[in-house]
Amino acid sequence: MWIFDRDLWSEIFNTLGKNMLRTILTMLGVIFAMIILMLLLGSANGMSNGFDKLFAGTASNSLFVWSQRTSEPYKGFERGRRISFKLEDAGIIKKQVSEIEVLAPRIELGSHRNVVTVYRKGRKSGSSVYGDYPEIDNITKKKLIAGRFLNNNDIESSKKVCVIGEETVKFLFDKGESAIGEDIRINGVFFTVVGVYKPNNNINIDGKNAVFIPFTTFQKAFNSGDRLGWMAIAVKEDVKVPVVEEKIKKILKAKYDIHPNDPRAIGSFDMSEIFNNISSFTMVLKGVSFFVGIFTLLAGVIAISNILLITVKERTKEIGVRRALGATPRIVKRQILLEAIVLTTFAGLIGFAISVGALVGIGALAEGSEAPFVNPMVSIVQFGASFLLMIFLSVLIGLLPANRAIKIKPIEALREE
Amino acid sequence: MIEIKNLHKSYKMGSNSLHVLKGINFNVEEGELVAIMGSSGSGKSTLLNILGMLDNSDSGEYNLDGVPIKDLNETKAARYRNKFLGFVFQSFNLINYKSAAENVALPLYYQKVGRKERQEKALKYLEQVGLRDWASHLPSELSGGQKQRVAIARALAAEPKVLLADEPTGALDSTTSYEVMDLIQKINDAGNTILVVTHEPDIADMCKRIVHLKDGVIVEDKKIEQVRADQYV
Repeated sequence: MWIFDRDLWSEIFNTLGKNMLRTILTMLGVIFAMIILMLLLGSANGMSNGFDKLFAGTASNSLFVWSQRTSEPYKGFERGRRISFKLEDAGIIKKQVSEIEVLAPRIELGSHRNVVTVYRKGRKSGSSVYGDYPEIDNITKKKLIAGRFLNNNDIESSKKVCVIGEETVKFLFDKGESAIGEDIRINGVFFTVVGVYKPNNNINIDGKNAVFIPFTTFQKAFNSGDRLGWMAIAVKEDVKVPVVEEKIKKILKAKYDIHPNDPRAIGSFDMSEIFNNISSFTMVLKGVSFFVGIFTLLAGVIAISNILLITVKERTKEIGVRRALGATPRIVKRQILLEAIVLTTFAGLIGFAISVGALVGIGALAEGSEAPFVNPMVSIVQFGASFLLMIFLSVLIGLLPANRAIKIKPIEALREE
Repeated sequence: MIEIKNLHKSYKMGSNSLHVLKGINFNVEEGELVAIMGSSGSGKSTLLNILGMLDNSDSGEYNLDGVPIKDLNETKAARYRNKFLGFVFQSFNLINYKSAAENVALPLYYQKVGRKERQEKALKYLEQVGLRDWASHLPSELSGGQKQRVAIARALAAEPKVLLADEPTGALDSTTSYEVMDLIQKINDAGNTILVVTHEPDIADMCKRIVHLKDGVIVEDKKIEQVRADQYV
């Protein structure tokens, strides 16, 4: 096969190698184009990774539902009635809506967004205090830096234990002091610390300064009865969150005699909406960078074709001599075409190497910053696709100078200037 | 070796047509050393181009080593050139980024001769033209006479039936010219058929036969007593 012909390749590399300056100048366009393409793609990836990290630990297909006041009169009830969910609602919903993967009811001490004072040995901290089920950890994942999270055993025996935030530890303990096993006091009730969590560098619903106690313990200690604050719900992977949201609201509206069209009585927050917005944003970003990059690449490859056209003109005599010495048009065409491909390939690889280096550098710089920009790198698939496309373009565009070259008649070599 | 019958060629120049070759008849036997002479415009270069399959005739017959040369496409012409003919040009036409040996080996590359054999042959022919020691030099490092000798070695490397030399001494001073002619005579002595196009009478006198062209026809075709070039070297 001609492709394995060592002579052919040495002929091509000879020709390119002996005209180094010309070769390098020809390659510059594609090198830059490849760098631009790879940097664009890499940055888009970095951004996408950055957002992923931001959301890491929060189930993307999750939903939060809470009760508010009605805004429509219904069945004899006036508007402005305060709705309050009960613990049993969680069970009902879980049973009736099969698309739910995890449902974690939660209750907060005091009114929502208000802090409660937590005491320990004369120190205090204004923290949010939540009654939780262990399942909540599947929806808003916490990074534990010491101890453990709440478990089913805590729930069953209503243990007076708690998991507290890093920030809470700072307020209540000395530096270097271990919080595990120590007691803290909330509203006159003592709880033993079993775990300390650290917020992920991401969207954090619970904040840094919070105390989690078992739901059942919360009920007894603070006398909350069967009240429920809100429900955190993760839906199954292949299900759309808004569908489940509608189902849940329908059940709850029927149960609490709320007007079916009342938009306010039940509050909810669809986490997937934000995810979808951001992932479509990064998708568009990736698409645009690919598009821009490909056209830059096209321009680079056209530049190669252009310069090869000029070189073919310049090499008229050489090509004529080769023809006179017995080179068939096919051999000449193949040589020029392969020169174009080899040039593009080399330039592409050089550009790729440079851009990978640059991306590693940018990644290292972004490491310490808050910006959502993590590990900017192109994937093998992206690189492979760009590379194949580039070679395809180079073949297509290399045909131009190659066809010009075969039009050169050997007689032109004989013609004296 | 070469048989040409009633060869015609004309070029279109706008609306006019220029009749360059007006019925050429001549034969060349194996081992001959023929000078084709004529002033510029006599048609000698056109004749050489047709002989070298670089150009097509309008009508007439051309047989080379018993093979009728007609209806050639570019690929076939390239093969025939490679197989039958060796070219020596006035301006040498070496490829400037290839060494002397690489230049000599080029026609062999197009004959698909293996790398090793190519190298051996290139060195052998460089030896024959006395430039073995210059094998790795680029053309820019060689004198005019040396370049022409490399070109001759290149023409010989493919072991052609006929060597076509177009004004081989046109770009050289007289001493170097005689050196080159001495080389051509020696190659001819070894049995090679050579056609030399020239307009210099002293160069023509160093051949064994002179064909004189004027206005597209052969006006004179005579065998001569060869003047040896080595007496001037």
